Amino acid sequence: MKLEGKKLIWKDYQKEIPDDKYFYVRSCIRQNMFPASEHYFLKIMREDLGKDVFETEHHTTCGGIGYHCDVIKIETIMSIVARQFALMTEAGYRNYAVSCITSFGLYTEIIHTWHTFPEILENTRRQLKQATGREFEIPEHVAHASDIIFKLRHEIAAKAKYKLVDKKTGRPLKVVEHIGCHYAKMFPHKGVGGAEYPYVLAGMIEAWGGEIVDYPERRHCCGFGFRQYFVKANRGYSLSNTHKKFESMEPFKPDMIITNCPGCPYFMDRWQYVISETEGKTYGENGQGIPVFTYEEVAGLVMGYDPWDLGLQVHQIGPEPVLDKMGIPYDPEAKYKGLEGQDLGKPELPKNICCC
Amino acid sequence: MKDFGFGIKKSGVIDLDKADFSLFKEIAEEEPSFLHCFYCGTCTATCSAGKYTGFNLRRLQLLVKRGQLEEVARRISECMLCGKCQWACPKGVNTRHIVTLVNKKLHARKIH
Repeated sequence: MKLEGKKLIWKDYQKEIPDDKYFYVRSCIRQNMFPASEHYFLKIMREDLGKDVFETEHHTTCGGIGYHCDVIKIETIMSIVARQFALMTEAGYRNYAVSCITSFGLYTEIIHTWHTFPEILENTRRQLKQATGREFEIPEHVAHASDIIFKLRHEIAAKAKYKLVDKKTGRPLKVVEHIGCHYAKMFPHKGVGGAEYPYVLAGMIEAWGGEIVDYPERRHCCGFGFRQYFVKANRGYSLSNTHKKFESMEPFKPDMIITNCPGCPYFMDRWQYVISETEGKTYGENGQGIPVFTYEEVAGLVMGYDPWDLGLQVHQIGPEPVLDKMGIPYDPEAKYKGLEGQDLGKPELPKNICCC
Repeated sequence: MKDFGFGIKKSGVIDLDKADFSLFKEIAEEEPSFLHCFYCGTCTATCSAGKYTGFNLRRLQLLVKRGQLEEVARRISECMLCGKCQWACPKGVNTRHIVTLVNKKLHARKIH
C-alpha cells in the first residue's frame, strides 16, 4: 500500500513494539501509591492475553530518582542499568518492558549515549564485570508497559466486559489523558506519536469506548518535576503546575483522567485534595474530584476486575463516580478490606472535597 | 483552610479573559487620545524619571490596557509629571492627563 498525506507523516511517529516475550522491570514507587497496577499488568498479560512476561526479584531501582534530583552521577547510573540488562540477558530475553516512565526515559538516554559513544559502553561493561562478574547485551526493544497495553488494546477491547461509556445514557466518558514528560519529550521517536502527537493513552481510550478531552494545557507537566516536589521549598511550583492543568481542563468537564507515569497519577490525585484544602476549589461533579487512574487500572476495570482488587481504594479521589457511570458493580463495605477480608482501617475523610 | 507550608504560586500568564479592563475603558473615554498611542516608545526614550527609576510610560500604558493594575500602582508614583513625554509624542497623546487619571482612579479603587 502506498502511504500518502497524513498516513505517510504518521508513519514517522510509530515505534516497533513486540507483543510477546518481555523481561519486566517494576517501578520503585508505584507499588506504594497504586499497589495493584503492576500486578494487574502481569495478570492481564499472562492470564488474559497468554503472553510471556518474566520478572526477577533481583531487579533494583534504576537510579532515575537520584539522577533527576542531581544526587547520582550518570556513570553510576550506567552501571546500575547495565546490571539490569545483565539480568535480562541471563534470563534469555531481548525485549525489555519498563513500568516506570522515568526509568524508560533513562534507559533510552543511556542506550542512546552508548550508541553515540562506544567507548563509554566499553567502560560500563568493564566496570560491571569488575564489580559483579556479569556481562550484558543491550535490549533489542525497550518498551514502556503502556506501549505494550497500547499494542494489545484491541485484544483487551475484544475481551472487555465494560466500556468507557456512561451505561445509562450511552455517552462516551470524557477522558483526560496525561503522558509523563519522560515518556517522549526527551526522545520523541521512542514514544508512540512522538512528543507532538502522543497517542499511547489516546489509543487506549478510543479502543475502549471513551472520548479524549483536548484541552489547552494537555501537554503540560503534571507538576511532579522531581526537584519541584522533593525540595519542600519548591513544592509550591509542583502544586501550581497541577493547578494550572486542572484550571485548564475544568471547562471541559472530564469524567476521569488516565496516566502512564508513576508520579503523574499521584500528583494529579493528591494535589486535588491540597487545592481543595488551601483554595476551597474542587474540579469534579458535586464537590468531588476528578478520579485519576493508571492505564493498568483502566485496563483492569474494562476487563471486569473488582475495583478494590485493583487497589482503587488507596486513591485520594474516590473512583465511585466513574464506576457508577460505567455500570461496574462494587461493594462499598468491602472498600477497606484486604484481599483476605481483613480490615485495613478507614481513612479520615477530607473536609472540602467529597471522596465517597 | 489548611497551611501545608507551600501553596499555589500566582501564574505569570496574562489571561485576557479574566483581566480587569475597566480602568482602560474609563481612561479611553475621558482622554480619547489614549487610543492614539501606537507604542513607539518616544515617551519612554525622553523620560527624565526613567533615567533614574524603572518608570516606563509605554509599559505603563500597556499594563493599563492588559488590566494589570497592581503593577501599574507599583510604578505610577515614579512619574514626576514634567510633561516632556507629551511634547515628544508624535501622536499627540495627552500623557500627563493619562498619568493623572490613572493615579486618581487607582486611588478610587484603593489600589496603592
